[in-house]
Amino acid sequence: MTELRHRGTTDNELQHQQSDDKGSENESKTEKGGASDSETKPDSALPEVPVPADDTPEVLNKALSGLSSRWKNWWVRGILTLAMILFFFIIIYMGPMVLMMIVLCVQIKCFQEIIHIGYSVYHSYHLPWFRTLSWYFLLCVNYFFYGETVTDYFSNLVQREEPLRILSKYHRLISFALYLTGFCMFVLSLVKKHYRLQFYMFGWTHVTLLIVVTQSHLIIHNLFEGMIWFIVPISCVICNDIMAYMFGFFFGRTPLIKLSPKKTWEGFIGGFFSTVVFGILLSYVMSGYSFFVCPVEFNSDRNSFEVDCEPSDLFQLQDYSLPDALQSLTGWPTVRLYPFQIHSIALAAFASLMGPFGGFFASGFKRAFKIKDFADTIPGHGGIMDRFDCQYLMATFVNVYIASFIRGPNPAKVVQQLLALRLDQQLNIFNSLKTHLTERGLLEEVA
Amino acid sequence: MTELRKRGGGTDRVTKTSSDKEADVEDRHVLPGEAGVDVEGDSESKADSPDVPLSTADNTPQFLNNAVEGLNPRWKNWWIRGVLSLVMISAFFMMIYLGTVMLILVVMSIQIKCFQEIIEIGYRVYHSYELPWFRSLSWYFLICVNYFFYGETLAEYFGALVQREEPLQFLVRYHRFISFAFYLAGFCMFVLSLVKKHYRLQFYMFAWTHVTLLIVVTQSHLVIQNLFEGMIWFLVPVSIVICNDIMAYLFGFFFGRTPLIKLSPKKTWEGFIGGFFGTLVFGFILAYLLAQFQYFVCPVEYNSETNRFTAECEPSDIFVVHEYTLPFAIQNIVQWKTVNLYPFQIHSVALSTFGSLIGPFGGFFASGFKRAFKIKDFADTIPGHGGIMDRFDCQYLMATFTHVYIASFIRGPNPSKVLQQLLLLQPEQQLSIFNILRDRLRNRGILPPAVVEAI
Repeated sequence: MTELRHRGTTDNELQHQQSDDKGSENESKTEKGGASDSETKPDSALPEVPVPADDTPEVLNKALSGLSSRWKNWWVRGILTLAMILFFFIIIYMGPMVLMMIVLCVQIKCFQEIIHIGYSVYHSYHLPWFRTLSWYFLLCVNYFFYGETVTDYFSNLVQREEPLRILSKYHRLISFALYLTGFCMFVLSLVKKHYRLQFYMFGWTHVTLLIVVTQSHLIIHNLFEGMIWFIVPISCVICNDIMAYMFGFFFGRTPLIKLSPKKTWEGFIGGFFSTVVFGILLSYVMSGYSFFVCPVEFNSDRNSFEVDCEPSDLFQLQDYSLPDALQSLTGWPTVRLYPFQIHSIALAAFASLMGPFGGFFASGFKRAFKIKDFADTIPGHGGIMDRFDCQYLMATFVNVYIASFIRGPNPAKVVQQLLALRLDQQLNIFNSLKTHLTERGLLEEVA
Repeated sequence: MTELRKRGGGTDRVTKTSSDKEADVEDRHVLPGEAGVDVEGDSESKADSPDVPLSTADNTPQFLNNAVEGLNPRWKNWWIRGVLSLVMISAFFMMIYLGTVMLILVVMSIQIKCFQEIIEIGYRVYHSYELPWFRSLSWYFLICVNYFFYGETLAEYFGALVQREEPLQFLVRYHRFISFAFYLAGFCMFVLSLVKKHYRLQFYMFAWTHVTLLIVVTQSHLVIQNLFEGMIWFLVPVSIVICNDIMAYLFGFFFGRTPLIKLSPKKTWEGFIGGFFGTLVFGFILAYLLAQFQYFVCPVEYNSETNRFTAECEPSDIFVVHEYTLPFAIQNIVQWKTVNLYPFQIHSVALSTFGSLIGPFGGFFASGFKRAFKIKDFADTIPGHGGIMDRFDCQYLMATFTHVYIASFIRGPNPSKVLQQLLLLQPEQQLSIFNILRDRLRNRGILPPAVVEAI
């Protein structure tokens, strides 16, 4: 959403933007001279990813043909924004299964966009094998992560089916073997004149995998905790983008960081407060429904995902007594809140403070490689990566937050591990547990 | 050890250097544009390839020089390499003798040195010495990732110690959160340190650091986890890789004829196959020798009373001699019906096979890397051998393989980790698990019935 914020206040953003970018490009051309890594281009040609022609759909073009370019651009972006939000609601309605597939598709598209940029930067289209290898590594890493997830959450199903059981028992070995095959293919594919390029692309692929694929799996883990842990963080980030843009548009004056000159402190702070408020309200609305709140489970009898449970403490209304200062302000002695709303403040705060850093990182990346957008999948907005750049740190944060503050270990899993131990180890643990419980007064020794 | 194998026919090191230079010059002719390559991103000055200015000056210690003065250069080089090899092997034995703590410290030092060597190369390649902050950021990320991994390890293996100390408990419980916060701080510092003319360089170094961390640091932690399983799981794989290097070199030296791969022209098929069989036999014998001692075989545990690591236990099944009946074909040859083996020796065959077949790919990867960046050695730490990375390039995949192998075939869940998770559960859950466990143990007859009554 950096594009969104770039269009600060002025006239004809599209041309202004392009001329800005070209201006900075020309500047850097004269300064540097020769940043391309290919062996064939001798001159100082920068690897300009060819700027796409206007690719908004015909229907939109026609509808807006009467307006001036500036407003036309606004309308296109606005309509696409609404379309994306609507799409978001639809997939939430359709349930966890569809959500997971969407996450997978987004991940694949992001990966493809970044790898494509790598190819453009390094002019390495003709490298033998490399496209295949990148996709192969993507498959391997996805196989590894999905296998771990499936083994965790679908343990009943897995135990029943013999081939699945073997796959799950030796999962790490199989994943490692698949990865090694890719590694060996890479080594065997090293061609004399292209060593450096190939190593660069290898590194590029791995860093992309690290960023894109691990994050998407953390998102899926969060989703399994309960759809609310997926929806609230993403909504907070989207809201922060939009709010910061609005505040920046109306009140923006002081620049925030040299890296993104159109971002302002007013936008940043305004976005922070409104995101926190939005987060509290959204979590209030969602905590009431077990569809959002319950962990997603796979019902092996009906072979479908279910969200049906007794909501945990986090999602039960509780009374909190306000501190005196607030009491005198609002005149209420206590307030009824879901504990989750307090957690949502932490999530919203993170989204507002750190989310933008993800955006700055992506801006820096685009400036470093002289590209305007990651791709042009979405008219008016750029590529999928442009929309998701602020989401990355958020997914990891939510996952770490859940692991640290919310979720204890899964009891069923602990029992399973316990019963897999040797008997003498079980006895040791039994004795330790007995001591522990006795100390806590939960057990009484009977002589 | 790629250097070692390259000296197939015993050519002089000086000659080798000149032939490398020829290869370099050749490369330069072929890719005129590549010279322009090294003006990576945004630095404005250098126009040629980043010859890492390795000290070609001879840095062997003076006394060695004096000792071998009389001999001609070819043998002098051999002797220096030989002496250093023996020194390294002795150091290895000494560290084994000194025990677990020492080994862990040495693994950590090697990890830090490898990291530093690779980052140094990155600096030279990208001429990025003058980048603000970047050295600090690389080291900071190294510390963060190490903190994360060591915290996870410590929490698992030192469960008893951790339960006792209050601050440690806090650190363990929120460990992931704290590690993530540290990492984020580094990430934000990186974003804030982006300087207008150097974006691309900075992103390259960021990625370089992360890939290095991925390779070097995760592997070293897998090595330490293997170590905790039992020193034999550390010693046998490492020895197998070293042995494979030496055997392949010797076989290549005496019988080498058919080149193996264009990437490393001095490696030969004879060396490869001879190394494979030699390593199999060596691994088999070494496993037999080491499996007899508790010191090597037992999982390392931390004794909280004596505050030391101990390796004392009842050896598990795989370290107890079993009788295996030989298949008929071999029975006819050898005239033995059965043979007494440790099951571990059979596992060692798998480890040796991996070390001989895939280990060399790690070496090829490192060779390709060195050719790609036009460097001869990773660094100059060990006279005659190059840097630490040169010695350890084949070890990487081995550590991961051993870890995955143990997880898949050998080890069940770790009891102290299970206990730790148990103690984190809610009391009601703990109680219900307690009851399940008690019933299970009673059914197996381990517990006499009605030992404890729950409330």
